Amino acid sequence: MNLRRGCRTANFAQLLVSLVLPFASIALTGCNRGILNPVGPVGNAEKTILINSTAIMLAIVIPTMIATIAFAWWFRSGNIKATYRPDWEYSGAIEMVVWSIPALTIILLGGIAWIGSHDLDPGKPLKSTVQPLRVDVVSLDWKWLFIYPDQGVATVNQLMVPAGVPVSYRLTSATVWNVFFVPQMGTQIYTMPRMATRLNLEADRPGTYDGISAHFSGDGFSGMGFKVHALPPAQFAAWAQSARGSALKLDAAGFAELSKPSSYVKPLTFGAVVPDLFEAVVANRAPMLHLPQAALPKSKASAVPTGG
Amino acid sequence: MFGRLTWASIPFNQPIPLITSIVVLSVVLAVVAWITIKGWWPYLWNEYITSTDHKRIGIMYIVLALVMLVRGFADAIMMRTQQAISVGASQGYLPPEHYDQIFSAHGTIMIFFMAMPFVIGLMNFVVPLQLGVRDVAFPTMNNVSFWLTASGALLVNISLFVGEFARTGWLGFPPLSETQFSPGVGVDYYLVSLQISGVGTLLTGVNFVTTILKIRAPGMSYMRMPVFCWTSLAANLLIIAAFPVLTVALGLLMLDRYLGFHFFTTDGGGNSMLYMNLIWVWGHPEVYILALPAFGIYSEVVSTFSGKPLFGYRSMVFATLAICIISFMVWLHHFFTMGAGADVNAVFGIASMIIAVPTGVKIFNWLFTMYGGRVRFTVPMHYAIGFMITFVIGGLTGVLLAIPPVDFVVHNSLFLIAHFHNVIIGAVVFAVMAGYTYWFPKAFGFTLDERIGKAIFWLWFIGFYFAFMPLYALGLMGATRRLQHYDDPSWQPYNIVALFGAILILFAIALTVVQLIYSIRTRDRRRDLTGDPWDGRTLEWLTLSPPPHFNFAVLPDVHGEEAYWTRKQTAIREEQLIEEPNYEPIEMPINTPTGVIVAFFASLCGFALIWHIWWLVILGLIGAFAILVWYAWRDEHDHVIPVEEVQRLERERRRVRNALLQELIKTT
Repeated sequence: MNLRRGCRTANFAQLLVSLVLPFASIALTGCNRGILNPVGPVGNAEKTILINSTAIMLAIVIPTMIATIAFAWWFRSGNIKATYRPDWEYSGAIEMVVWSIPALTIILLGGIAWIGSHDLDPGKPLKSTVQPLRVDVVSLDWKWLFIYPDQGVATVNQLMVPAGVPVSYRLTSATVWNVFFVPQMGTQIYTMPRMATRLNLEADRPGTYDGISAHFSGDGFSGMGFKVHALPPAQFAAWAQSARGSALKLDAAGFAELSKPSSYVKPLTFGAVVPDLFEAVVANRAPMLHLPQAALPKSKASAVPTGG
Repeated sequence: MFGRLTWASIPFNQPIPLITSIVVLSVVLAVVAWITIKGWWPYLWNEYITSTDHKRIGIMYIVLALVMLVRGFADAIMMRTQQAISVGASQGYLPPEHYDQIFSAHGTIMIFFMAMPFVIGLMNFVVPLQLGVRDVAFPTMNNVSFWLTASGALLVNISLFVGEFARTGWLGFPPLSETQFSPGVGVDYYLVSLQISGVGTLLTGVNFVTTILKIRAPGMSYMRMPVFCWTSLAANLLIIAAFPVLTVALGLLMLDRYLGFHFFTTDGGGNSMLYMNLIWVWGHPEVYILALPAFGIYSEVVSTFSGKPLFGYRSMVFATLAICIISFMVWLHHFFTMGAGADVNAVFGIASMIIAVPTGVKIFNWLFTMYGGRVRFTVPMHYAIGFMITFVIGGLTGVLLAIPPVDFVVHNSLFLIAHFHNVIIGAVVFAVMAGYTYWFPKAFGFTLDERIGKAIFWLWFIGFYFAFMPLYALGLMGATRRLQHYDDPSWQPYNIVALFGAILILFAIALTVVQLIYSIRTRDRRRDLTGDPWDGRTLEWLTLSPPPHFNFAVLPDVHGEEAYWTRKQTAIREEQLIEEPNYEPIEMPINTPTGVIVAFFASLCGFALIWHIWWLVILGLIGAFAILVWYAWRDEHDHVIPVEEVQRLERERRRVRNALLQELIKTT
């Protein structure tokens, strides 16, 4: 199974660069699956803010680093050319400058933070001419359940979305905290028991993207990865149609079974879902089995995919 | 009888913890045997264990910190090794239930039992000397503080042999840490040891705030205090304000776990967001409890080795207090991704960035302290320059993380891990290593080996870059923290480079031990005979190395901002020391076993709580309380150092100082 198309591992030179310039190294490696290769408007905007802010600060940070080395070297005790000023300890003009430079930078970045926080508020619907798709997300021990209320289907560990269509997520957890995060799509958000969070994302182009839980949730945490398949809208509709044909039904008993701790779970598709399952999970009414996590069978490592 | 404790609690079937346990126990037994054979117990008991001398207590804190550095680092290198090999089909050598304990123990130990004791140890040793006084405000309480910290450290390490440690990360977030999801003793070990050591830390805070506010040499007004005293004051004010919040947060979680309360549970109306808020209301100021004294150390080091007063002293004091206050108003930046809303996120984001202003000012002020100086590249100065270069990178990434839309994509990632190691290693570890080297001759009367010291610095410095720059890159590639295993093979080379960095740091730590042993063995040719080996500027360099029990025969009169420097310059100008004063007998607090006995009972009580051995809990509580009552009813408080002894020691000091003075007159 070759999931790593177009990827290659970094060579030694790139690794050396990564020591000096982590940003540059990502651009150099062929494998761009991270936040610097976004596939939607949210991720794009966040990448822009990340790079602009870094550039603004580097304008101060680099001269400061150079000045540190230059001052230390020029004023080394052996240098007779350097003037020794043993009592020089104050200069109003310099004080003025050293308070102003960081203050002005922070005013600028503060403005970016204020505007960015409002523009990219996770709960704010994305601007689009297309009606958003609704998806409800439930984190379980240790897998992801995606419910498509308008399509009446659900999936586990694979998220199907139409490309170019905004998706409006409601998220909660049927267990401990997790974070729903698809690095290339942008913003991550917590899933918390008895609470619902909101998130709006869009994938601009079709493709397969990695999703993870970004908040530690117990022993099976590393096996909580999932795939996002962004399909052209027509294909998405076809997929939803065929998904309804799946023999698996997500009813109370099925949810109870799904809630049992397991990790590295292969994708599943449910052809039918009990109505209001998401609301039931938020209200803690779902028929869950409160198995302690320690009850997880030790043999779960056997479910590890071979990778590429 | 023994609650949950059975033979099954000892990990006989798990080779890694079992072998570690055997090795650690053997080392401990060997050390105990060595001390016994050498007959050092009476000396250790009288001079260290029961000592109320702030200098001895400071040294004990630093010994604890160095031992815990080794333990915490062992965890670190195990994690880096796991991440370097656990990719694709390979699950590495650590199963999740073990790996999760290791990263939890690493964070807990490094913050609470390495960084905190190191910083508090240096404050203990230095602050009373810099203030020109004989001890802290409450010497016995100081001893109790240390032993309670040691008790917490002991319990965390017992979890290696008996039972397990928490698998919930270093902050023990509920609901994962609730009984429903973590039924074992791991979280209880975490909670109980932090509660016990937290009491010790809070007492330290009270002690040092009182000392700095109330006990200073005559003439030492606030604006004449060395910057290290200012930053210590700010850090201890933060301790007093923040640690009770930690106690409450952990206490509520204990109520949930022990008595079935529902503060943070998923059912019964509990809300785990509350814990997140409480723990970070403590957690963010904690960063500055460590960083502010570190900034103080750099201020002393840069000024001394540039041969100049600190540039912009008033600015530095103001910046310190600004950081102290603002650090309480930024805790929400640890969970921007909880969905709080744009206004809340933006306000806390901007508040977090504002801290960068006074911090930036400090960097510039150190820069201008070097300007016009005569910079001597000693080991502490290496750390200071290394810090200034490294820390600005950490500051940059810190401001990035404070911008909510940027945090939305790097929160909880290895980018964050790289950032906080960038500031904790780049600022705090470099500072305590600088402070350790800088004040070592004052504590023991001989310097540490310079050549090995420089090698240690370079290994830390280069090792840091190799270990953490790849983590920045991995974070941008979408790697999150705390992964026992990952699928993407393109991450592996970065993890291997990070492991290489960790190995360099391993050599740094090993060389620190070598340096200590080598320096002790060659101490006769590295004696500090003057008490002022670095041409210092603050009062600790006025007294002998090591200082007498009472520090100063007569409390020094302070004129001006640099008390000792002014005095030294006056002596050089007038070509004589100040006139010999009339000596008086000095009263010093007596030794007391209170601290070690209280900590003994506290450890018993804590261990019993963890294992639900209720009778022992009660016994431990009664024991600890009884010893405090016994201490409160003591008859004898002080012992008197007779005037002849004071005079003898002071004349010896004057003889040494006269020799130094003649030397200085010749060179100027």
